[in-house]
Amino acid sequence: MRMLSLAIAVTIALAIVSLFIGVSNISLLGLLSASPEERPMQVLLISRIPRTLAIILSGSAMAVAGLVMQMIVRNRFVEPSTAGTTESASLGFLVATLVVPGWPLMGKMLIAAGFALAGTALFLRILRAVPLRDVMLVPLVGIMLGGIVGAVASFIAYRFELLPSLLAWNMGDFSGILRGRYELLWIGFGCAVLAYIAADRFTVAGMGRDFTTNLGLNYQRVMVLGLVIVSLVSATVLVTAGSIPFLGLIIPNLVSLMVGDNMRRTVPWVVVMGAGFVLACDVLGRIIRFPYEIPISVVVGVIGSAVFLYLLLRTRRHA
Amino acid sequence: MPEAATTLVPAPGLRRIGGLSRPAFVLLVLGALTLISIVCFMVLGAKGSWSFVIPFRGRKLLALCLVAYSVAISTVLFQTVTNNRILTPSIMGFDALYVLLTTATVFFLGVGALTGIDPQLRFGIEIVAMVVFSGLLFRWLFLGEERNLTLLVLVGIVFGILFRSLSQFMQRMLDPNAFQVLQDSFFASFATVDTTLLFIASGVVVLVSLVAMRLAHTFDVLALGRSHAINLGIDYRRTVVIILMLVSVLVAVSTALVGPITFFGLLVATLAHSLVGNSRHCYVLPAAALLAITCLVGGQTILERIFAFDTALSIIIEFLGGIVFIILVLRRAAR
Repeated sequence: MRMLSLAIAVTIALAIVSLFIGVSNISLLGLLSASPEERPMQVLLISRIPRTLAIILSGSAMAVAGLVMQMIVRNRFVEPSTAGTTESASLGFLVATLVVPGWPLMGKMLIAAGFALAGTALFLRILRAVPLRDVMLVPLVGIMLGGIVGAVASFIAYRFELLPSLLAWNMGDFSGILRGRYELLWIGFGCAVLAYIAADRFTVAGMGRDFTTNLGLNYQRVMVLGLVIVSLVSATVLVTAGSIPFLGLIIPNLVSLMVGDNMRRTVPWVVVMGAGFVLACDVLGRIIRFPYEIPISVVVGVIGSAVFLYLLLRTRRHA
Repeated sequence: MPEAATTLVPAPGLRRIGGLSRPAFVLLVLGALTLISIVCFMVLGAKGSWSFVIPFRGRKLLALCLVAYSVAISTVLFQTVTNNRILTPSIMGFDALYVLLTTATVFFLGVGALTGIDPQLRFGIEIVAMVVFSGLLFRWLFLGEERNLTLLVLVGIVFGILFRSLSQFMQRMLDPNAFQVLQDSFFASFATVDTTLLFIASGVVVLVSLVAMRLAHTFDVLALGRSHAINLGIDYRRTVVIILMLVSVLVAVSTALVGPITFFGLLVATLAHSLVGNSRHCYVLPAAALLAITCLVGGQTILERIFAFDTALSIIIEFLGGIVFIILVLRRAAR
């Protein structure tokens, strides 16, 4: 518990740092002396606070989505970007942009979530079709499925001259976040809360179908709940910030190394570490080439793939 | 892992088609197809004077052929050496490594490296760096103890992602002009092949082919697997290292010309193996090369002249290749 409070404190400190980094200089003193209509306060309210909130919400939601996914697939190496979920969501968003351009973002997000759900269900279907003796095969199939869905999306985007937008969605970036452009993420965060409420069910489902049924739980229903949570989170994060690779993979794995696998205990950790990790990466991306920014997906991509490699090669030594 | 090795069919000529053995027949058909697609590429839709069209399209054709040849040969050899039919150099992140090296050159030496230095010289330097780095990486991955194939593939893919992210990272650190120049050269497109490197690239490919030919007698033996190969008197370590070096040079050539394409090699190597019906390299290697040329030149002609989609070929290849890959992986897992 003390460790968790420490982690929370670090995350809050990072959030405060995040508020005060940017081209427009804001100091605490300037804020206190200025009236609410003046520039520093406006920058803070319109740009900095929404951005920081967006980072915290999407970081924690994506990390929880990864955790839920690992529970229901029963494999440590899956997360939305290694199961075709992210790519399906971006295909859905593309289709929504083409077919119903006039819809509000909320509607398009729901279409993206529907595609994400279908893509993930397809992934699970493929996994069920073959007996998988090999843990590594699951993420491999998922990444490839993502590649295929991604190719379909690029082809459609190419035909309708939307390739730049597709590239932009696939490149997670918080620099465009302003007030009014991030609120959808609260839905994703709500899903994370839902995952916490249902945590025990997922822990049980993680023990397998027969075990779950034996305990009197409806396995199918838990699976569907998990899939809906994962798809909604992926879709909300995708349409607001763009995709953030590997986040849902490394955070739950690191947490599981630290505190074990009981989801009731791990969810708070995953939330805090997910938010803290993305905050740290975002701060890094903003100061390393100030005043320019390096998109979050690039920073997380570098760190995330390195940690993923470490996790993969570490398992081998233990196996 | 004996699975790839078992396909050495004792009598490849058992099934004869029109007086020819099956592999010979396949090669003949593929050769004809290649010729047809080359002719179509050169002739279809040509307007204006031939003295312009022929050198203009000829350069493009040569570039496409070089790419096809490099991808096909490097993939087949890589699969032979690693003794499996699923891994390919690009799946293992070879071409991402090349992109990373190119980006790193610009990053550390400045944009001058991209515009100031003679591109041929720069390409030469990049090839050397590529051989050194991939040599280190693959020594570590393949020459140690026998490893689980799926783990290797996954590690390769994640290495690819790491290399790509690192290059993106460095590209973002560059100033916007250099970023634009680099970005353009790394989007795989067969319509806008880079022809400045044609001369040196052809030279490199010929050189690699000569070296490969001197090693040709070892290919079929290596395909039997490590222990058999050693038993049959192959200097395993040395041969494998040389072949992996050749493979990385070929990958550098194809990536420099058109940019990274993940699944093309897998597609042609798989098709070549199943068409030829046995794993003798004297049939598989030419079959794969001819197939690759047919796919690229023919596919580009069809898309460009008939459907007017000029950059879509790489997307279609990724789509088909991804499906083939999943099928291969799942079939292997189901066994």
